[in-house]
Amino acid sequence: MTEIFAKTEVDRRTLLRRAAAVGMLATPAVGLLSACVGGGEDEPTTQSTGTKSADNPLGIDTKAGVEIVIFNGGLGTAYATDVDTPLFNKKWADAKITYSATEQISTVIQPRINAGSPPDMINNSGSNLMDFGAIVKAGQAADLTDLFAAPSWDVAGKTVAETLVPGAVQQGTYDGKPFAMNYSYTVFGLWYNKKLFEKNSWTIPTTWADFTALLDKIKAAGITPFGYAGANASYYMVRALLTSAAKIGTEQSLKDIDNLKPGAWTADPIKQAAQAWGEVGNKYINKTFLGLKHTEVQLQQDQDKVAFYPCGSWLENEQAKDTPAGFEYAVAAFPSVTAADKLPATAINAAAGEIYFAAAKGKNPQGGKEYLRAMLSKEAALGFTKLTKSLTVVAGASDGQTISPGLTSANDMLTKAGQDVFVGYLFDTWYKKLDDESRGAVNDLMFKGGDAQKFCDRMEAASQAVAKDSSITKFTRS
Amino acid sequence: MRHGKYPFIIGFLVVPVALYATFVVAAYIQTFQLSLTSWSGLGKIDYIGFDNFVKLWHDDVFWKSIKHNLFLLILLPIITIVIALVFAFLLNVGGGHKGGQTRGVWGSKVYRIIFFFPQLLALAIVAVIFGRVFGPDKSGMLNGLFPASWKPWLFLADERYAMACILIVLVWQAVGFYVVLFSAGMGSISTDIYEAAALDGATRITLFFRITVPLLWSTIQVAWVYLGIAAFDAFALVNIMTVDRGGPNGASSVLSLMIYRNAFDFSQAGYACALGVVLFFLTLTFAALTLRVTRRDSVEA
Repeated sequence: MTEIFAKTEVDRRTLLRRAAAVGMLATPAVGLLSACVGGGEDEPTTQSTGTKSADNPLGIDTKAGVEIVIFNGGLGTAYATDVDTPLFNKKWADAKITYSATEQISTVIQPRINAGSPPDMINNSGSNLMDFGAIVKAGQAADLTDLFAAPSWDVAGKTVAETLVPGAVQQGTYDGKPFAMNYSYTVFGLWYNKKLFEKNSWTIPTTWADFTALLDKIKAAGITPFGYAGANASYYMVRALLTSAAKIGTEQSLKDIDNLKPGAWTADPIKQAAQAWGEVGNKYINKTFLGLKHTEVQLQQDQDKVAFYPCGSWLENEQAKDTPAGFEYAVAAFPSVTAADKLPATAINAAAGEIYFAAAKGKNPQGGKEYLRAMLSKEAALGFTKLTKSLTVVAGASDGQTISPGLTSANDMLTKAGQDVFVGYLFDTWYKKLDDESRGAVNDLMFKGGDAQKFCDRMEAASQAVAKDSSITKFTRS
Repeated sequence: MRHGKYPFIIGFLVVPVALYATFVVAAYIQTFQLSLTSWSGLGKIDYIGFDNFVKLWHDDVFWKSIKHNLFLLILLPIITIVIALVFAFLLNVGGGHKGGQTRGVWGSKVYRIIFFFPQLLALAIVAVIFGRVFGPDKSGMLNGLFPASWKPWLFLADERYAMACILIVLVWQAVGFYVVLFSAGMGSISTDIYEAAALDGATRITLFFRITVPLLWSTIQVAWVYLGIAAFDAFALVNIMTVDRGGPNGASSVLSLMIYRNAFDFSQAGYACALGVVLFFLTLTFAALTLRVTRRDSVEA
């Protein structure tokens, strides 16, 4: 019944988005909250350390135990107990891992941080996650610089950072230093049924002209060419539109939007993207979708009534129960809008989420970091992907593996994108009011006439209203 | 006797008054206080005078929400009371007069249960069911019943009809309760009066307007206040049923939803409190007005 309560659904999707957002906040305002995690500051704790060596780059005490706490949610906990811990103990047999899992991270961990005895490695996730910006401000998260500079666990000749996807380290960086490891990875694109497309010999377009030509063909075949759910998932469409905008004008267009820069929404890339998508709305969308919820449209796609659906890589797992045998999820990058797009057609929007961090004031912070290093090995990442059907920030960890068709396709798309992967925008979690406005505006654009200028003007006005409102805490990014 | 009276009364009152003072009065005072701040819901509280109310005055969504609340305030009580009165009359008196007893129409006992049934369903469930009734494509119940050649009606997704859909559901759910309330009221009207009127040759319609309604006036008045207060709420239905909660484009936004969204989604607790203050005065004014306007000398039975 979760789909009924549009807001209370704190599923993986929201969690990932939230976690990603928390990871990015450079947080001018959360200092207010830091008081509540500021305890234990002056306590001199005896922390375990060992001697650094090529085999032990972080210099852990090989006999000291490591305590970890995992969030027990959509991703489960089996990846920690069945993959990561055995892997860690294979190398460090004498370091005992004390494991526990909880659904209430904040309730369980915050008092322990305040008491000065936090666990060594914490998975800060779920609806009850701690404000990570506040934790960083209070000096409770260990600096992960040495972890990312250390040699990879199982990729010879590379540092940990070098094995990760672009932007992964940056997403956990606060004031220039990395404090969080964002482990899971969501890619966004146009989802379709590979079998249906093969049967009709429809090929995936890379230019807008090819895209609309294909939409015409699909329409002629009696299938709704493109759709999204207006009632509660119009933000999928916002993402599609802004991804196109970023392809036209690079990620800078989205950064301007996040920074509430005047004129950010009326800039050419946004206008061109709104124009192109507005036409798609005019010609190819089923107008009744305005009143449908995401599960209803997704079900229609599973029944081959909708061809393209803009979404993130959680889609396949979310629809697992409703996907019939003849249906094979695949994902494509959004096609280029103009010939002059600054990013190539293969460029995609992908974001890391799920924060893992080592506690700065725990008994064994180096041990916590070493556990993270184990998690960032190719072997552990593959295990995680197999168990959770989610990609990780470890680049190419599941290459050549057949886990599920959709995941393989997402992985291919990521490989093809190469360095042209961008984090996207954050205004939707920073300024909920603007997020709300964007949902209404995109619905109007797609379902009621496709007026790009109106979309841009409305969003620009809303953005400037937020900028002028002194009661709203502002964030910036670069 | 006199000696122990006050301790006795105080003993009775102290617990409810304490509870009321803590959870209602104190909460209201705090709302008034917070409405003068720019509090986000977390952290520091800054006083900003009446800025929230100025902002509210210029907020389109606020005026839309007020309009929608007024729409419900006018139509919900009228429609519900009319329907409930007619049903209650048919169930109790509509069957005519036999063997010295006024009776309801045939099968009235079954109807009474059926009418009351919606009242037993949780509001969230009602909202979900009607979400399907008003489904915007052919899978929706109403659209499914329409001829296949018709273009599907968007209902909740159409800015023109979204509020009407909410009203229909509110009426559907409320009618049962007021049928029971009015039935109880009618039960207390002496059958002698009906008998006498019937002997004088009054028709059922005359009975309804000349006897039932005047004698039920105080019950109707109470119903009016209840329904009016319900019209200021409508939170759950709007929250669950409508496009983008209060959409499309604020076409179904109501004050209660606005308060919730500002407080918990937009992190503007101060502004939400200002809205709460407005709602408080609106509700109060409404209750006072209703009681004043509908005041009539009750007819002694």
